[in-house]
Amino acid sequence: MAMERASTRLTPWLFLGLPLIIYLIWVIGPMFCTFYLSLTNWDGLSAPGFIRFRNYARLLQDPVFIISLKNNLRWILTFITVPVVSGLVLAMALNKSLPGDRFFKASFYAPMVLSLVVCGLIWSWMYHPENGLINSVFRKLGLESLTRGWLSDQHLVMWAVIAVAVWRQIGYVMVLYLAGLKNVDSWLVDASRVDGANSWQVFRHVIMPQLAPITVIVITISIIDSLRAFDLVSVMTRGGPYNSSSVLANFMYIEAFNNYKMGYGAAVSVILFLISLIFIGIYLRRVLRTEEA
Amino acid sequence: MMTARSFFRSPWKVVLFFVLVLLALLWLIPIITTVITSLRTNDDILSRGFWALPEQLVFSNFRTAWERGGLSKFLPNSFIITIPSLVLTLLFSSLSAYALARFRFRGNRLIYFLYVGGMMLPFQVLLLPVFRLTDFLGLYDTYWGLIAFHTAFQMGFCTFVLRNYMVTVPIQIFEAARIDGCNAFRIWWQIMMPLTIPALAAIATLEFTWIFNDYLLAIVLVRSEEHMPVTAGLASLQGQFIMDWTVIVSGALLAAIPTIIVFIFLQRYFIEGLTLGSSK
Repeated sequence: MAMERASTRLTPWLFLGLPLIIYLIWVIGPMFCTFYLSLTNWDGLSAPGFIRFRNYARLLQDPVFIISLKNNLRWILTFITVPVVSGLVLAMALNKSLPGDRFFKASFYAPMVLSLVVCGLIWSWMYHPENGLINSVFRKLGLESLTRGWLSDQHLVMWAVIAVAVWRQIGYVMVLYLAGLKNVDSWLVDASRVDGANSWQVFRHVIMPQLAPITVIVITISIIDSLRAFDLVSVMTRGGPYNSSSVLANFMYIEAFNNYKMGYGAAVSVILFLISLIFIGIYLRRVLRTEEA
Repeated sequence: MMTARSFFRSPWKVVLFFVLVLLALLWLIPIITTVITSLRTNDDILSRGFWALPEQLVFSNFRTAWERGGLSKFLPNSFIITIPSLVLTLLFSSLSAYALARFRFRGNRLIYFLYVGGMMLPFQVLLLPVFRLTDFLGLYDTYWGLIAFHTAFQMGFCTFVLRNYMVTVPIQIFEAARIDGCNAFRIWWQIMMPLTIPALAAIATLEFTWIFNDYLLAIVLVRSEEHMPVTAGLASLQGQFIMDWTVIVSGALLAAIPTIIVFIFLQRYFIEGLTLGSSK
């Protein structure tokens, strides 16, 4: 990488100074501040009082925290499998120029530009128990037994919400894989064909290894997105019924802003931070390696 | 270039084609359903069911959402928040990206890592201190609180992408300019920025939809309807018209129009932005 030594020591800081100060004040500073707040009993009004690790001790015994943690885990496990595999399959199918491929791609991309709030409202209507499309279709087909209270059944509700997230995520994964496929060495693919490899073998042994770097990125992004989950739950269920669809971000929001237990909420966000730190770390190591290469 | 006719000679490909048609339609069903719902009256749906042919198509739901639902206020608010955030974050990011891409100095890598790490952060982690900070600065429940946070938080991603784009520009271009006596800021503005336009266009498109679609910060940093962007407004619309789904989904459609326009006309940049963000 070609970089020059600055003509004076000051030059880079002339460019960096202001942006960096803003970034430190609004992003890096608050990150550390969250740690401090999590050790206090701040209620949002009076000055925070230091209570050491009591918030964390209480978290471990809070059933809603455990449910939220499990739900985030469900979200992660779904996100690193279903959209990744489907997105890859779609990308493979659409990689060759098909008639109408622009229409196909646009259909799969479309949900991605809608805000999660809009998606949540649209799907709440799809899931509506009496007049929603899904139950209406079942009734019309005489499959009354398949109709459900999609957002009121404690065992179904989390999956119903995750399904919406998947609907939106698949197009995103497809975009990333389509970009990855452009960089696949077509000469290698042709050569393996000539050597008599069938389509599956070509995919498994020639294309897949070359998609490995993009797959790491797709999975990292999927995990981080799962940990960020908030909007859909907030719009569709508010974590209900009986907290069965609560995720960490919602739990934190409700504790902090509805119950005014800001210190407690901060402890939840520290947990969220520590989980994401693992994956941020993996990602940063990758970036570091490409920097040095 | 394969023509349609030669394509359809292979039976497998015909099957593939029809599977894709079905899937694509399936994918669009929620959106199509929403459009149809928004054009019917609530009574019509409640009394005659989803599958009945509507007696008449109406636009009154849109008017209700726009006037009584408050979208006439919320939607402009979204632009008032999004446009300055977008401009500022691109400006600051291109400044810091330039420094990180062009100069060797102590702390370069550390600062780069701060930006990359911050971009991956679930921003819920920052929520409570940022709430405190806006309150402290007197920015709570104003446009500027949201603008300041969006500007700062999106700098992580923008700096990352722009810096990686800028390091690919050959250094010789700048040598010539320096010999001609250009100062550092003129080199940035007159040489680097024009070369960076493709990347700027891509991330601007992407960032527009991201900032426009934000919901969590909007409900945390703004309380009054006067300053609420459309995402937060929709949630309050949902509470107000709780039984009237035709109005709710009409509101959702109206709120989505700006991003849909971006998608239709700037799809290429949007996709490019997503790919640039993952190219490292």
